[in-house]
Amino acid sequence: MITLKNISKWYGRFQVLKDCTTQVEKGEVVVVCGPSGSGKSTLIKTVNGLEPVQKGKIFIGDTEITSNSTNLARLRSRVGMVFQHFELFPHLTILKNLTLAQIKVLGRSDDEAKEKALSLLERVGLSAHANKLPGQLSGGQQQRVAIARALCMDPVVMLFDEPTSALDPEMVNEVLDVMVELAYEGMTMMVVTHEMGFARKVANRVIFMDKGEIIEDTSKEQFFSDPQTDRAKDFLAKIIH
Amino acid sequence: MDFNWTLFFEPTPYGDGIYLNWLWNGAVVTLSLAITSWVIAFVLGSIIGIMRTFKNKWLNTFAVAYIELFRNIPLLAQMFIWYMLMPEMLSGALKTWFIQDLDPNVHSFILAAIALGLFTSARIAEQVRTGIQTLPVGQKYAATALGLSKLQMYRYILLPNAYRKIVPTLTSEMTNIIKNSSVASTIGLIDLIGQIDRINESTNSIVEILCGVTLTFMLINYSVITIMRLVEKKTRLPNMMSGG
Ligand SMILES: Nc1ncnc2c1ncn2[C@@H]1O[C@H](COP(=O)(O)OP(=O)(O)OP(=O)(O)O)[C@@H](O)[C@H]1O
Ligand SMILES: [Mg+2]
Repeated sequence: MITLKNISKWYGRFQVLKDCTTQVEKGEVVVVCGPSGSGKSTLIKTVNGLEPVQKGKIFIGDTEITSNSTNLARLRSRVGMVFQHFELFPHLTILKNLTLAQIKVLGRSDDEAKEKALSLLERVGLSAHANKLPGQLSGGQQQRVAIARALCMDPVVMLFDEPTSALDPEMVNEVLDVMVELAYEGMTMMVVTHEMGFARKVANRVIFMDKGEIIEDTSKEQFFSDPQTDRAKDFLAKIIH
Repeated sequence: MDFNWTLFFEPTPYGDGIYLNWLWNGAVVTLSLAITSWVIAFVLGSIIGIMRTFKNKWLNTFAVAYIELFRNIPLLAQMFIWYMLMPEMLSGALKTWFIQDLDPNVHSFILAAIALGLFTSARIAEQVRTGIQTLPVGQKYAATALGLSKLQMYRYILLPNAYRKIVPTLTSEMTNIIKNSSVASTIGLIDLIGQIDRINESTNSIVEILCGVTLTFMLINYSVITIMRLVEKKTRLPNMMSGG
């Protein structure tokens, strides 16, 4: 479903991504972890072309993201993305946050978009808040809205960049629950997170990054029981007390 | 020294009412000039400010040059330059009409509005640019990830938030434009300032006139500030400053 082939990226002379290769199969849940600054956010943003790369190829399905002839906007609309800081549009009501791109990008009618939005709000348990503004919701609620907003576009893949790390601890689970449910439904997911509980529960594979390199790319079982590199061992020791 | 505070209620020698009417006429001209210049400044300033946030080198350089040009030449000089050059740039019937047939006050009004509008547009451009650039980058990522085009992103996400942010600085720009409009009297516009001389010629009571004009300016600016406070209240978002 997602294929990254020998991706390299530089910021000026600093190389953020070093020859990264991996793939995510349909229905797979892949967790990406690693120390701060290792390039996780950058890697996941290259998947839908939010960050261009200088070297390598990226495919979603059969479509090459890195090709000039690809209609990026159209493709992006089918790749859902959830950010650390939610990034709801603060001036639009929850409902409008969910309908805007459906109407403007997918060309759905107002009614169609609204119906879809309400059903997804229902699903994340926030129907009662449809007419509020994002600033009136808690962090956990905003992140659930952000997930619903992405799902409104009927994505084939969902990307998450540390979706719970900006949340107060008591709100982490309400967001993880939604993600777990999505995983069980067979959504293809690539998730940057340090929530190892989530990884143990639903991940098929774990990618461990350090200094811009993918240094482990293994099954969850192997990663937790028998990490191959010292850096991964250190990391796990630090994160699981 | 005796002051004649009832001066404004005395009839003018031309039989066109009392001096208060003249003051009122001046205020109408000042306000019309401010509003016209504001529309020019807001539209051009927004366009240039948006251009300033583009990655495209040419558009960006053009915008920078525009801003530097109109911001760094004193308004008085700009007013004179337009006054001298603009009529020369016209040609044929349009030129004859503009120079000879047009009411001199309208003539001055048009030139003053262009000068004041362009001068202020450079300042508004900087504010619009700042408003856009200080939005969290994540907003751009989110809009792009949803598949919105650049145009849609600006139209539906960036601009509505940027303008909300800069309402306070736009307010002070509005009061500036009203104050700066007084420079137009130097190219012959009979605005509030222009009325000072006119009334003084037949009454010789400069102190009283200045008090009246000052009070009128204060009244206008105070109304603008009050209205803009309401606008600010109406457009403010809950938790607006907390990034989310
Ligand atoms: N726009 C940029 N310009 C220059 N350097 C950047 C830019 N964005 C990120 N970097 C650098 O690239 C490296 C990788 O950043 P990235 O955000 O991908 O790391 P991360 O693994 O997501 O870290 P974190 O866990 O802190 O989110 C960091 O060293 C960062 O400083
Ligand atoms: Mg990150």
